[in-house]
Amino acid sequence: MADVAKEYRTVTEIVGPLMIVEGVSGITYGELADVKLANGSLRRGRVLEVSGDKAIIQVFEGTSGLSPQDVKVRFLARGMELAVSIDMLGRVFDGFGRPIDDGPAIIPEKYLNVNGSPINPFARDYPNEFIQTGVSTIDLLNTLVRGQKLPLFSGSGLPHSRLAVQIARQAKVLKTGEKFAVVFAAMGITFEEAEFFIADFRRTGAIERSVVFVNLADDPPIERIALPRMALTTAEYLAFEKDMHVLVIMTDITNYCEALREISAARREVPGRRGYPGYLYTDLSTIYERAGRIKGKKGSITQIPVLTMPEDDKTHPIPDLTGYITEGQIIINRALHTKGIYPPVDVLPSLSRLKDKGIGEGKTREDHADLMNQLYSAYARGKNAKELAVVLGESALSEEDLLFVKFADEFEDKFVRQGENENRSIEESMRIGWELLSMLPRGELKRIREKFLDKYLPAR
Amino acid sequence: MNENKGEVIKVSGPLVVARGLKGARMYEMVRVGESRLFGEIIEIKGDSYSIQVYEETEGIGPGQPVWRTGEPLSVELGPGLIKSIYDGVQRPLDKLSYEFGEYIVRGAEKPALDRSIVWEFIANVKIGDNVGPGDILGTVKESNLVVHKIMIPPNFSGIIKKIESITGNVDEVIAVIEGEDGKDHVLTMVQRWPVREPRPVSKKIMPVEPMFTGQRVIDMFFPITKGGTACVPGPFGSGKTVVQHQLAKWADAQIVVYVGCGERGNEMTDVLMEFPHLKDPASGESLMERTVLVANTSNMPVAAREASVFTGIVIAEYYRDMGYSVALMADSTSRWAEAMREISGRLEEMPGEEGYPAYLGSRIASFYERAGSVICLGSDQRKGAITVIGAVSPPGGDLSEPVVQATLRVVKVFWGLDDKLAFSRHFPAINWLTSYSLYQDVVDEYADRIFKGEWSKYRKTAMEILQREAELEELVRLVGVDALPHEDRLLLQAAKMIREDFLHQNAFDDVDTYSSTEKQFRLLKLIIIYYEKIKKAFKEGATLAALTKLDVLEDIAKAKFIPEDNKKQFDTIEKKIEDSIVSLT
Repeated sequence: MADVAKEYRTVTEIVGPLMIVEGVSGITYGELADVKLANGSLRRGRVLEVSGDKAIIQVFEGTSGLSPQDVKVRFLARGMELAVSIDMLGRVFDGFGRPIDDGPAIIPEKYLNVNGSPINPFARDYPNEFIQTGVSTIDLLNTLVRGQKLPLFSGSGLPHSRLAVQIARQAKVLKTGEKFAVVFAAMGITFEEAEFFIADFRRTGAIERSVVFVNLADDPPIERIALPRMALTTAEYLAFEKDMHVLVIMTDITNYCEALREISAARREVPGRRGYPGYLYTDLSTIYERAGRIKGKKGSITQIPVLTMPEDDKTHPIPDLTGYITEGQIIINRALHTKGIYPPVDVLPSLSRLKDKGIGEGKTREDHADLMNQLYSAYARGKNAKELAVVLGESALSEEDLLFVKFADEFEDKFVRQGENENRSIEESMRIGWELLSMLPRGELKRIREKFLDKYLPAR
Repeated sequence: MNENKGEVIKVSGPLVVARGLKGARMYEMVRVGESRLFGEIIEIKGDSYSIQVYEETEGIGPGQPVWRTGEPLSVELGPGLIKSIYDGVQRPLDKLSYEFGEYIVRGAEKPALDRSIVWEFIANVKIGDNVGPGDILGTVKESNLVVHKIMIPPNFSGIIKKIESITGNVDEVIAVIEGEDGKDHVLTMVQRWPVREPRPVSKKIMPVEPMFTGQRVIDMFFPITKGGTACVPGPFGSGKTVVQHQLAKWADAQIVVYVGCGERGNEMTDVLMEFPHLKDPASGESLMERTVLVANTSNMPVAAREASVFTGIVIAEYYRDMGYSVALMADSTSRWAEAMREISGRLEEMPGEEGYPAYLGSRIASFYERAGSVICLGSDQRKGAITVIGAVSPPGGDLSEPVVQATLRVVKVFWGLDDKLAFSRHFPAINWLTSYSLYQDVVDEYADRIFKGEWSKYRKTAMEILQREAELEELVRLVGVDALPHEDRLLLQAAKMIREDFLHQNAFDDVDTYSSTEKQFRLLKLIIIYYEKIKKAFKEGATLAALTKLDVLEDIAKAKFIPEDNKKQFDTIEKKIEDSIVSLT
């Protein structure tokens, strides 16, 4: 076993965020290390590779100011752990789980390894409980359920933060008497953005049931690698040991991936697409897959990761790989935003994969699925007709197509658009949906079963 | 130093390098470190052995021990596979969760086949019989749908000295056989087989029998055969997994092996929760009674993901050897390829295209080649088949990427998923213009025998209409629909009906989720005869407006929701088409 007290002064190489220490013994993969500078300050490192008597250490705070001659390294013989306690609620931490809000130190209930272990698929419970976010485009068309991971795909300058905050503020299930918590993980975002979230949590009192982890844009980027794992370890603790329903908001995943790329480049690994490491998918999955429910446990973890797509490009590796792991995506659209529509959710490419199990009779309402499919297909048709009109002029459209164009416009204006503080119930969203469909001839409503048309379609 | 024990010299993620394992072979299993993690030797250079470890390697470091097992990565084959859920290296996930809790802990070990289950073995050979590879010694009723045949392992033959019908667990001795070496060999109900080695067969034959799936766009337009290979590529959100689930549910295979390779945990849970409640349309039994699940979700160790498709295919081969037709779904082979890339990167191999190893193509090909229709080993010359259906998840939906391209070189059926279709909620989002099936001729031949030559006739007409629609759409984009001749507009209407009333199929509707071939045929027939009738009526003077506003259109649109046992209704609608058009002319 490692000699815990032993300090090494044998750093031979420093490359980017990495440091090579030679002559070590008893070191294991993933172990933490204290890196002591000449001026007595301390940094935190983790063993990324150990080969014979050589260890590669990733220094979370970065290597600036380090010199091989005066650095002392002490290995801690344990992996990265987080001290958890129920008192974390209402507090703000840095990427290592150290309080940064001038509050008292946390008295730990226990220490948990932040890497977690994969949930046995057999032990998972299927997410099927409807969460009402009060946002029509989500509730009715891209339903969020407990235990789901549903990211917001956005671009720079778009109001994804406002939408994320609105969801955090309004989300509830149609049952009462359950315990909620929000875990907020900010990775490399600006002070203003972070402050926007925290101020909103304070304003609404949500801060009392929130745990906030912050790594700002000017904080060490490598810390961003540890941060989501700290946040999710806290979420697991609250959900599966304290029976809470936890909503985890992580922003911005793009910054996390860039930190990962930085390390990969420093290690001179063979790059995958756009310079991101080949294991980006696996790495992201160890974050996203920590959402879910477990059989026999009361709590749940629902994730809303936020990522900004470089150049709004959905095929960029980060949104692409994310989309393959998460259970759908909500896409924020620049054109809608420019039109002044909030929330600018691009309905057609957005998707919630778990919606089918969370809607319908006993959950929302019997006509939910039919109504959703019909709204989708009518809006898609209206959008198509609009594209045609751009080329040919409106006069080339058939009367029917014109009706669908009108529908699409109204749909964006009345259904997609809503106030930042407007908390629509699912019934309200459905009412608006039906109201809009009544513009169209009944014969066109093929996706809806006859009995629901009879029951819910308003007379014109 | 002990010959069976070496020591770790390097750890880098899932890759561990050890020395002192003299005599160890490529792909031999080893146990690594104090926590005895599972690993497999994937490279040997002098005294340095690279090991891919199937579990998280945190806490492993130089100096820790490595033990040899002397055996390559193998699976246990025998009664009890059906209804099981395994991880990529055949650890039973249900048993692990009972014993170790809801998280997968490292080094956890449980036998793949449950020793607490007592099986009833019924012998059907007798003492003195000469038996060879693949010969059936007897049977075990494994589930309500599967009779498990206990076979003589490949590469073994002899004379039966003792055989008994017994009741016991899989380790119980069922037979003693005097081998060709003159020694007595004891046989139980269990065999072990290395996953990377295909199980031998007597010979491969051409797959000519269709595997119907109850999915209209597949069976009618792009069919697959028992023993065939297919791939389903598509960007995320285009419905790959739903297609795979639908096939696992409704394909007329006797055994289904579903490999969830690097995919979502909640999806596997969905399968686990849903399958027991779904009924096999042929037998009325629960679908779980014929299903084996292999689940290595994306966050489970990457090396085990690499192994999971092999674990799945060996299990499939084992049931094929009994004479069953087996369907294997692998979702997704891209994750498998990425696992290869990740390991290859750690080995610092020279990368091929997009960082994938240069042997990507040959690995993919050798996997799909394990599919096929075969004459099994065994003197009764029984036939078995494995159909392999692999999902591919190309980055950004780009079909030119290496995994798709390597897959297309070997598979015979291509179901190309289209995100534009998915956005307009047309599911299954299989693009009818780009997809293809090289089995179409043999399936036509088969189906035309049943439907008196009309199966392929209607299909061809429908396909022509759809192709013509695509051409016309270009035109419409330029000149508008009003400028088209009325005849073409009738065709556009027919095309829309084929798309919406036939190809579109709702997996979540109790009736629509499965269509028998007869229902598929009747449904398409409705649309085609309707189109032919209105075309004729138009020539005889009926107006476009009248022809496109017929009442019967709504009946046709709803025809896909007609239950299987109510086929008379199709006659009624056919009659109604006739009547309403006659009234126009």
